[in-house]
Amino acid sequence: MKVTNIPFMAMRKIVAAFSLVLILISLGSLATKGLQFGLDFTGGTLIEVAYEEAPKLDDVRALLAENGYTDVVVQNFGSPTDVVVRMANSYTPTLGDEVLSTLQNHGETNVSLQRSEFVGAQVGEELREQGGLGMLLALAIVMIYVAVRFQFKFSVASVAALIHDVIITLGFFSLFEVEFDLTVLAALLAVVGYSLNDTIVVCDRIRENFRIMRDTTPFDLVNESINQTLGRTLITSLTTLFVLVVLFVAGGEAIHNFSMALLVGIVIGTYSSIFVAANLLLGMNVTREDLVPTPKEELEDDMP
Amino acid sequence: MLNKYPLWKYLLILLVLALGLLYAFPNLYPDDPALQLSTQKSTAIVDEQSLQKAKNALAEANIELKQAELTSAGGTLRFNSGEDQLAAKPVVAAALGEDFVTALNLVPTTPDWLSSLGAGPAKLGLDLRGGVHFLLEVDTPAALKQRLEVSASEMKAALRNERIRYRSVDVEDGILSIRFLKESDLDLAETLLKRDFSEYRYATQQDGSDFYLNVSFTEAAKKEIESYALQQNLTTLRNRVNELGVAEPLVQRQGSNRIVVELPGVQDTAAAKRIIGATANLEFHLEAGLDDKGADIETLAFRDGSGRTARLERDLIITGDSVSDASSSFDENGRPQVNINLDSKGGKQMSKVTRSAVGRNMAVVFIEHKSRSRFVEKDGKMEEVRRSYSEKGIISLATIQTTLGNSFRITGLDSPRESSELALLLRAGALAAPIYFVEERTIGPSLGAENIKLGVTSAQIGLLVVMLFMLVYYKVFGIFANISLALNIILLMACMSLLSATLTLPGIAGIVLTMGMAVDANVLIFSRIKEELANGTPSQQAIHSGFNRAFTTIFDANITTLLVAVILFAVGTGPVKGFAVTLSLGIITSMFTAIVVTRAQVNLVYGGRKNKKLYI
Repeated sequence: MKVTNIPFMAMRKIVAAFSLVLILISLGSLATKGLQFGLDFTGGTLIEVAYEEAPKLDDVRALLAENGYTDVVVQNFGSPTDVVVRMANSYTPTLGDEVLSTLQNHGETNVSLQRSEFVGAQVGEELREQGGLGMLLALAIVMIYVAVRFQFKFSVASVAALIHDVIITLGFFSLFEVEFDLTVLAALLAVVGYSLNDTIVVCDRIRENFRIMRDTTPFDLVNESINQTLGRTLITSLTTLFVLVVLFVAGGEAIHNFSMALLVGIVIGTYSSIFVAANLLLGMNVTREDLVPTPKEELEDDMP
Repeated sequence: MLNKYPLWKYLLILLVLALGLLYAFPNLYPDDPALQLSTQKSTAIVDEQSLQKAKNALAEANIELKQAELTSAGGTLRFNSGEDQLAAKPVVAAALGEDFVTALNLVPTTPDWLSSLGAGPAKLGLDLRGGVHFLLEVDTPAALKQRLEVSASEMKAALRNERIRYRSVDVEDGILSIRFLKESDLDLAETLLKRDFSEYRYATQQDGSDFYLNVSFTEAAKKEIESYALQQNLTTLRNRVNELGVAEPLVQRQGSNRIVVELPGVQDTAAAKRIIGATANLEFHLEAGLDDKGADIETLAFRDGSGRTARLERDLIITGDSVSDASSSFDENGRPQVNINLDSKGGKQMSKVTRSAVGRNMAVVFIEHKSRSRFVEKDGKMEEVRRSYSEKGIISLATIQTTLGNSFRITGLDSPRESSELALLLRAGALAAPIYFVEERTIGPSLGAENIKLGVTSAQIGLLVVMLFMLVYYKVFGIFANISLALNIILLMACMSLLSATLTLPGIAGIVLTMGMAVDANVLIFSRIKEELANGTPSQQAIHSGFNRAFTTIFDANITTLLVAVILFAVGTGPVKGFAVTLSLGIITSMFTAIVVTRAQVNLVYGGRKNKKLYI
């Protein structure tokens, strides 16, 4: 890939508007529809069973209703022979076992337990709190690290880019009503890590160029830096997206939403590291004086 | 610019890689499904004879045995397939009898020379091997209440001894209040109790003509009781889990009042829950005399459902805590019974009480602490309200024929299952405070196997795709990057094994994700080299500055990702933790392979020659 010369920063107003629209849609959806929290966060009971022959879901529902389980959701999971039964607010931890034996005793074909999960309402609430807290902590630590290694403006720009990515990914999950469970939360944190990685690479180049190119305006310099790193940004995103598509297709139902969150997050993360972080840096009037002289020169010679 | 590494650097890299290979190697040997034989009793040991018994039973049932061996922990029977293993369990359990515990397990097939070096396969998480995960919460308010009630009877005894007259003693809302008629009694009592029961706070109160002494826990005492209850419950749960005979169980404290229990391989969750969560205990009481009455008498029903009741003295002789050993068997009439041995303190107490009570009746009371939870609407939100209560029932009421000593038996149980579970619970000890389940996850064995298959397949495809891309895009340098990538995965697996970190399905996803991201460092370096070449820099110089200038970037970018992964590890639980582990280990190993190992290859091929054309 040759070093390109695309005037990214000339589009900065349009891009900013685009990002703003995405964020507004996401926030709007989060405010009105909210997230489809999974069992991990809401508490409740879930059992997954495998039938030898694919059952009719209506029959399963009818069987459960007959036995007094009314407030249940019955769905296929991954394949037509796999059935998941979800129950909100469970009253007893033995509910899962009872439902399983109901299904086993009344069906014509063999029913085997794949998994059963029971999460108390209290635990669910705590996990939700803990997850949110972890996310905030991650952003705070990143902000401090970047402020120390680079400069305050860079730290604001990169954290803003991360928040941008997180909000839009959350918005995607809200808008398309994809279930949000613990693994998705993990994926979201991984997206923070990945997107940050990308942003740092761009910022690093900007910092370096401020040292070398003395006569260039910040505007041209930022543009040049993005073009110089564009090849790497795209190739890395591409290899990562390759493996994610593999995980999404072949990784099984259990990590389906997890890989979806990573896919969406990494596409957004790539976009944000090209457009958002640099855009904000220019918006905050980044100048050579912000970075030069920096005390970090000695690390250059630390090569093994 | 020659781009040559000194010889020692190559050797060092080779050494690291050799160690990596060695420790990653055991992961290639698949685990055998096996039955683990052990025993909890001193009277029975797993020896050649019992192994032979098991072998014969298996031969009779037509189940093929792969290997049988004696180990330090007991015996291991290996099978060729999971189905054989499942079919064999009841057969072996029946052949060996009650004294032996048979547990499902996966045993590594690591060759001896490898395991002697401390190498072994990575541990598999529950989502990959199947099993149960429980999160239990210790009901600490109940522990405090229990303690207060015990103190109440001790205080009553102390007051009686000193002939201080009190009207009543009540325990409510964590406060024990003693009512007196005279202020002088109150003062005497306060001085006495303050001296003898120093873990309490005392307050006095006057209401009409009555004087109250209100007793409550000090903060320090409260903390101590809570942590004691948790510690005691941990010990009891460990004992119970051991009695269940689970291979490699995990019983661990989590936070201030929770306990995690993980039982790999267990499928019968109902039974596991019954044993783990049981709060049953025994109490031995004398039957009250006809003229005894008042607050010291308690009327309880029999557990057999006959509707009979008996009046018992509230004072207890001993509780199940004094039981040192218990086993279940059948009496002469074929009814289930439990044989009990008491520890020396319990035995002394028992003989002291029964010596003066020959001819009277003694009752064995079965107590179960239970909790019921309901959802009530509060401020528009559903809230869980839990109420704990105890169920007491008389198992047996029999005349004391002679002074009882250390060992005796109790009858009157419903079924053999009840007698063997009661024996188990008495052996393992009672819980110091009631516990309840706040989370439970069960993964069937077939799902575990399927998850492994899916994980491995996607890892293989992912690796292939990334390698192809790198090869096409970077040609010879792509080969370097691919070799580094393969070595990265080997090193990552070696680290997992060495740290005995647990591999989960999200953990495998983390490895796959690492593959995509691990080439990033090489992409950064190669892009720089290409840039340098485009600027007309000679090839050796281009390689040198490509690696040098990319280093800071790689370092900064990876450290920040590592920070996030560490936070993920801290806030995550179970499978998510597994993801954080592989992600962070992957970042560390990829920095080594992508920078050092790739450089070594480049140096080896291109170093020391002038102006060679680079295929990049």
